[in-house]
Amino acid sequence: MASTFSRPAAATAGIRPRAGVFFRLVRTPRVVGPAVFLAVVAALSLLAPLIAPHDPLEMRPPRALQGPGPEFLLGTDEYGRDILSRLLYGGRVSLAVAVGSILVAGVVGVALGLAGGYYGGIWEALTMRTADLLLSIPPILLAIATVAFLGSNLANLILVIGLLYVPRFARVVHGSTLAVKQREFVEAARVVGARDLRILLTAILPNILAPIIVQASVSLGFAILLESGLGFLGLGAPPPTPSWGQMVGTGRGYMHLAPWPVLWPALMVWAVILAFNLLGDGLRDLLDPRLRG
Amino acid sequence: MGSYILRRLLQSAILIFAVATLIAVAVRLIPGDPAYVLLGEGQATPDRVRLLREQLGLEKPVHIQYLEWLGRLARGDLGVSLISRRPVGPDLLQRLPRTLELTAAATFLALLFGLPAGILAAVNRNGPVDLGVSVLALLGVSSPVFVLGTLLVLIFGLYLRLFPATGFVDLTQDPVGHFNRLLLPAATLAAAMAGVIARMARSAVLEVLGEDYLRTARAKGLRERAVILGHGLPNALIPVVAVVGVQMGSLLGGSVIVEYIFNWPGLSTYLLQGIAQRDYPVVQAVVLTVSALFILLNLLTDLSYGLLDPRIRYG
Repeated sequence: MASTFSRPAAATAGIRPRAGVFFRLVRTPRVVGPAVFLAVVAALSLLAPLIAPHDPLEMRPPRALQGPGPEFLLGTDEYGRDILSRLLYGGRVSLAVAVGSILVAGVVGVALGLAGGYYGGIWEALTMRTADLLLSIPPILLAIATVAFLGSNLANLILVIGLLYVPRFARVVHGSTLAVKQREFVEAARVVGARDLRILLTAILPNILAPIIVQASVSLGFAILLESGLGFLGLGAPPPTPSWGQMVGTGRGYMHLAPWPVLWPALMVWAVILAFNLLGDGLRDLLDPRLRG
Repeated sequence: MGSYILRRLLQSAILIFAVATLIAVAVRLIPGDPAYVLLGEGQATPDRVRLLREQLGLEKPVHIQYLEWLGRLARGDLGVSLISRRPVGPDLLQRLPRTLELTAAATFLALLFGLPAGILAAVNRNGPVDLGVSVLALLGVSSPVFVLGTLLVLIFGLYLRLFPATGFVDLTQDPVGHFNRLLLPAATLAAAMAGVIARMARSAVLEVLGEDYLRTARAKGLRERAVILGHGLPNALIPVVAVVGVQMGSLLGGSVIVEYIFNWPGLSTYLLQGIAQRDYPVVQAVVLTVSALFILLNLLTDLSYGLLDPRIRYG
């Protein structure tokens, strides 16, 4: 009986006014602040060839390790290269790897989670046990070992980091699919003869977007963390391509002479990860209060 | 409880076995001659290629290779280093306690600062203390270990010269020097965990504060301090323990970078050295060992719930 009475409420809860959510997001400083910051960082990185004051690779040995000044706003590194320009170009690597790997993780993880949650049985067992397996190896360890032996180019970085985050998406999607597939509108779709693929894509997926978006924003932060950590260890994008982690890693050797080459990229990574965490928390509170930890 | 422990033990054993298999399979998926690829252009001397092929058993059929490898693993034989020609097992055992010490010290520091901070924030909800703890926790959670470690070396090691920036001395030779050198790496590793613990403790205590049994405790005239520490905290601790368990796992991952920064000769420096020299048996052994530790930690976390909360009974 209870389910009969709760039906109308459940049905209206399913049809959420999407525009409303968007306006709520825009009016929440905790979401807008970090989002704007990240958008600015992304824009500056993308426009690096147009706005960078110097060539990020040009070496000027006599001007090595200069402090911030009018010519080199953030100073120069151990080869006399302009730190500001390297920071701008370095953002492209970090963001490309982060966005690329989360796309890989999202597409594969969502597909596996949907299949596991919807079909159950062998699909479910296969997806969830593979997720358990991948989650039982610390990500940085797996990334280091794989990248070290297969070579550290951008494609490998994206694939490896992407693969590491597949289980997280698969788990979240699996749980949400289990909850949503019991709902009346899914049953209705089945009754009118919709095929499985259609049900998955038009009835289930739109209703589990909120946890996917939250997971994506948190994972982007983790991906940048992982990419810059690998770069720091010298296992990231191959030099001379600048990346933030690698700048911290190489600048470390000259830290006793000049702190600038380490300080700027270090603060940059910190700020970007902080922004992704704030964004993730804000989105979670707004879109999916059940996930609040 | 007994059957639950047995089931979880069995699950963990299967998981460790699966990780070992995954590592073995991954190597076979490498196109071309795995021995040559693993050693890389510069390091692939005919001698080393032969030794690695022998250890991987590449000449034999795949299922025989796999069974032999499992058999050696079960006897604790982790192979022979391609560079030093020494068995990997003893070298690994010598370094393992140093990584565990670092992880334990970081956990201790994280609890020491995170737990009281979280409780204070909850008790002073929405006050300045709460705000301060939230901001610090967020900074900690978002601080990449390589950034924090580098900055700590810069500030405390190079500018203030309060601690030796990097290095390691044996506990038996110089106990004070040993702990002096442990503090910075442990603090680096602890920051993120302290943040997570503070957040978790805050929300857990807030949840418990509204419970009926706390009202009862206050009603019978207990002082606020006794109410929170004696009645609230034990119940709030359960989710915190869960977080500590999970976080210790990520400490193992973070220790890779921390050991590298501070020159701490634990498992991770062994791993990175193995990678630099393309010493495949070393890399394989370290990945397997750390993953096994990770799985065991999760097991212990799960089992500790029952001890902390008598209401949790396992079927």
